[in-house]
Amino acid sequence: MAGGAPSRGGVTSDTYAEARGWLLLPAWAVLVIVVLTPVLMMLVYSFLTKEFRGGVIWEFSLAAYDQFFCNRGLFGDEPCAIEWTYITIFWRSIWQAALATILSLAIGFPTAYFIATRPEKSRALWVFLITIPYWVNLLIRTVSMKFLLRDQGPLNDFLIGIGIVDDPIRIVNTNFAVQLGLFYSYLPFMVLPIYAAVERYNFALSEAAADLYASKWVTLRRILLPAVRPGVIAGCILVFVPSLGSFLAPDLLGGAKNFMIGSLIEEQFKGMAGNWPFGAAAAMILLTLVMLILLVYALQQSKAEKGSG
Amino acid sequence: MAGKAFDIKRFPGFLPVTILCLIILYAPLIVVAVYSMNDSNSITRWEGFSLRWYVDVFTGPEAPKFKQAARNSFVIAIIAATTATAIATLAATAMIRGGRFRLRTVSLGLISLPLLVPEIVTAVATLIFFNAIGFERGLLTILVAHIAFCIPFAYLPIAARMQGIEDTFEQAAMDLYATKRQAFTRILLPLMWPGIIAGFLLAFIISLDDFIITNFVKGAGVETLPTAIFGSVKQGLKPNVMAISTMLLGFSILMVTISYFISKRDDTK
Repeated sequence: MAGGAPSRGGVTSDTYAEARGWLLLPAWAVLVIVVLTPVLMMLVYSFLTKEFRGGVIWEFSLAAYDQFFCNRGLFGDEPCAIEWTYITIFWRSIWQAALATILSLAIGFPTAYFIATRPEKSRALWVFLITIPYWVNLLIRTVSMKFLLRDQGPLNDFLIGIGIVDDPIRIVNTNFAVQLGLFYSYLPFMVLPIYAAVERYNFALSEAAADLYASKWVTLRRILLPAVRPGVIAGCILVFVPSLGSFLAPDLLGGAKNFMIGSLIEEQFKGMAGNWPFGAAAAMILLTLVMLILLVYALQQSKAEKGSG
Repeated sequence: MAGKAFDIKRFPGFLPVTILCLIILYAPLIVVAVYSMNDSNSITRWEGFSLRWYVDVFTGPEAPKFKQAARNSFVIAIIAATTATAIATLAATAMIRGGRFRLRTVSLGLISLPLLVPEIVTAVATLIFFNAIGFERGLLTILVAHIAFCIPFAYLPIAARMQGIEDTFEQAAMDLYATKRQAFTRILLPLMWPGIIAGFLLAFIISLDDFIITNFVKGAGVETLPTAIFGSVKQGLKPNVMAISTMLLGFSILMVTISYFISKRDDTK
């Protein structure tokens, strides 16, 4: 996954250079036809006219984007005022994803650090323990989380049993439940890049700082943290981006109050609303947002590399 | 000095956080696995150990639905993972053993595209694509979509493995008049097996687990295990769903464990 992504180099020989066109052809064909073209088609669909009960009419229209951004009053004939409904849903998604990222960082950083400072032999096993749940079906994980956190669920039974609380704590259908679900969904993406960065870190630097009477926490904050920052940023992006468009955690763990982008989009294609161009437009706006984040990240990376090189 | 180095690395609060992290990760799975063996019609009360819900999965009223869904899931996962692994192996050969070339970065971006685009966006785009070209939704549309998003997952371990194999073996074979094709099939491919198997297993699990994209591109009435489970859960969590979830959970963990030991073996090689 994150840590295993091939670096810019990675070329070990040019033995099969003359065949590379043929070797790459199947991958290009599948990905261009089944991923790239559909995304472009989605862009086109977002500018078409909706047909009731799903589908589109091939007629250019800005209605989807107009519906997203403009409030034109009850009869739809007023000048454009800002429509807050969908912006609020996007904003809530960004906020939820950000909180889930902070939660993942708060728990993921100490975990990654702890694993990276284990004896070399046991590290792989620790990493394995952290990544196993990621490979379990996301739906099953989310359902399990809901089962555990329910009002009459095992967690509340346990807490009441040992007398910490008298009445069940309501967790399901709150924002916190969604954040917990997102944390659960993408935690390995936070741990692995930080782990990789801490593992490469030269602890002699910390020792040097300690020799100069820096306390442990100062050493952590001023010496180690700047050195492993790229890993931390990569981890945050890898958690934030999929959280933003997630569907299962908000749908199963959040209630109607905690509606996020994923559900908004899904509803346009599956639910009663059935407005394909609007769903395509919302997906397009989400994609643009994600690409912007990745672009800023890539630019910063190349700047940092130039700076250090 | 060694003692001091150890000391500077240690932070007292980090072990408890790691343990907390593992508890959060595993508690829900363990709880569901335990409650799936509950001899009760209610999911709330514990009434003793029983495997009756596992029997119910295979013989109960919902058994035909789950059987069909399981068959669909496994057939799709096997074909999608095999195809994606073959495509990824060829692509990795070009990327790792094909020298530097102009479209290399673009190719790498294209291969990673399914990882960069949010899943819900891929789902919407794929649905629109099949709709626009008039491809009727069913098992085949699910399969085509799965092949595409499995490619990067198969590619990563395969490419990583290939980077770890020095090209001296193939060079030696070609010095002894092996053709490039022979160097590839007789030397590189056999050395690649651990990476290829790891790639296949990851792609297989990813396909087996997918819910969002499948949910969009499946036809009416066509179900895979995740969509069937989601449908059941929406009507309330029942013990038989917990039993089937536990089986799927156990299967995934088994596959990942196999994949872990295969990739571990090639480190000591």
